Amino acid sequence: MSGSVPQPAESAVPSPVDPVAPVAPLDRTGGYLGATGAAAVAAAGRATPTRWRLLLRRPTFYVGAGILLFWVVCAVFGYMFAPYNPLAQQLLLNNTAPSAAHWFGTDPLGRDLLSRVITGARDILIITPLATILATILGTALGLAMGYIGGAFDAVVGRIVEAFLAIPFVIVAFMFVVAIGHSLVGITIIIGLVFTPLIARTVRAAVQVERSMDYVPAARLLGENSGRVMFAEILPNVLPAVLVEFTVRLGYAVFALATLSFLGFGIAPPTPDWGADIQANYIGLPAGYWWQTLFPALAIATLVTAVILIADSVEQVLAS
Amino acid sequence: MATFLLKRLGLMVLTLWLLTVLVFFAGQVLPGDPARATLGNLAAPSAVQALDHQLGVDRPLLTRYLSWFGGLLHGDLGKSYSYQTAVEPFIRAALINSVKLAVLAFVIVVPLGIFGGVIAALYAGRATDRTISVTGLSLSTVPEFVSGIVLIVIFGVELKWLPVTASAGQGASALQQFRHLILPAIPLVFVLFGYIARMARAGTIDVLNSDYTRTAVLKGLPRRTVIRRHVLRNSLLPTITVIATQTGYLIGGLIVVETLFNYQGLGNLIYKAALAHDFPMLEAGVLIIGIVYVVATLIADVLLTLLNPRLRLGGSQ
Repeated sequence: MSGSVPQPAESAVPSPVDPVAPVAPLDRTGGYLGATGAAAVAAAGRATPTRWRLLLRRPTFYVGAGILLFWVVCAVFGYMFAPYNPLAQQLLLNNTAPSAAHWFGTDPLGRDLLSRVITGARDILIITPLATILATILGTALGLAMGYIGGAFDAVVGRIVEAFLAIPFVIVAFMFVVAIGHSLVGITIIIGLVFTPLIARTVRAAVQVERSMDYVPAARLLGENSGRVMFAEILPNVLPAVLVEFTVRLGYAVFALATLSFLGFGIAPPTPDWGADIQANYIGLPAGYWWQTLFPALAIATLVTAVILIADSVEQVLAS
Repeated sequence: MATFLLKRLGLMVLTLWLLTVLVFFAGQVLPGDPARATLGNLAAPSAVQALDHQLGVDRPLLTRYLSWFGGLLHGDLGKSYSYQTAVEPFIRAALINSVKLAVLAFVIVVPLGIFGGVIAALYAGRATDRTISVTGLSLSTVPEFVSGIVLIVIFGVELKWLPVTASAGQGASALQQFRHLILPAIPLVFVLFGYIARMARAGTIDVLNSDYTRTAVLKGLPRRTVIRRHVLRNSLLPTITVIATQTGYLIGGLIVVETLFNYQGLGNLIYKAALAHDFPMLEAGVLIIGIVYVVATLIADVLLTLLNPRLRLGGSQ
């Protein structure tokens, strides 16, 4: 994504809008960044290549990128350097506490938890970026259409989006998973679809800010059709907002997938997966087998935090 | 004002109706035969067919929707496939449990979130602000079961300060119930803190940059007075909205926490109903959550309008 540097709009004067989002009073922000935050990023963040270099001055970005890189290495090469086979059961060594031989201990089936935590990075790092890309593409297209066409179309789609958002997304997701089944492709599509309305709403708000700027009527007077105005004129200017939304949603995609796995609707056992391992092992908590759930839990927490640190840096840079 | 209220109410009714459509048809995409799920794999096909007929699931989809919707209008939530009795008592009991947990989480998180947000705004851009903002954002994206597990390990297993299950059992005193609910409430507090702090921060920064705050500072009022009398009063309006939108999450997004801590709330009820293909239970539960969300949003809108005359006179949305 970092390769897609949005061009500054030819005709757009740098917006006087304050970078710290003035919050629209009746705005229902379901997402973290929220519609108004995104609009502020879109208005203030005419990102230039110089601006991207600011990212490299942020310590939070380095920490986030470092942790993320660590998990990417685990996802790609984990099966090579994991000390044990993550699927190998040693029933005589079940539920052993962390030791020199098994740094993170073993699970009820005697599988090495360190190996399972390392290799568990793979599926989550394949599914979540793909799902977020899908949601971003669909949501951006829908948001552009809602914000630009407006009128009855916006009102009708807006109502449906609103009704959808009234149901907690975990419930929507697990109903779909039960229907489609939990293959990797199925889960990717479901998370992508569930996040689409959220991104659409953010993009819609950003588009409405853009629509009031002079370059939009100018383009129309030049005879450009709606599609061109939306995708060639407005889209480049809302890309910063889309990018921030993408990084934040990536964090929530990890959240969503881990939650689905924990509920038993995610990645199916015996494939190593942090959420599924926690689900399988948390019954052992009262018995004192804390390592079986704590280490996968910390893995999820560090991955999520890494993505959020990157998202926050990108947002700060674009809004500065 | 009256037209505004009527318009809002009309939109709410529309959203609620759309919600019944979504909930009903989403329930229908779940595969598997309810009678088969109820009777088990060994039941004779004729028995399955007979139960399907008795439950009415062999009728056309639209007929089923209309009879379900008609029942809803009379306050009839339907009959559970699994228990063969009305859904309503189950929903009611679960809702009460969920509300207890949600209220506790709210009581903790609202003051905490507002305080964090205001502090972050007063130190905007500095280390304090970045720490609060980034911590809040991270906490809100860490799944509840992850923070829940860490809390259980520390306070339940190692220190043994607090019980690790949420239900105190029958006839437990209010204090005992409270003790059992502390650990489950904290993951919810974590998730919500970031949202509320963020809105409070944005609202406060907005007011700090306003002309009247500058006037108050320039006329020589002490900083504390300016913040207390001029900033806080106006900055917390947007926070009301975010608190309302999170009510839906609090009532319904509890699936994970309720499963982890084995608590008989609405989330747990929906989860089990989905596993058992008990559509009426599932639909009623999801619908209740949706209604709570929509109504909470409406109340927030009305409250905001009452508190801010500028919105009443146009300009909103």
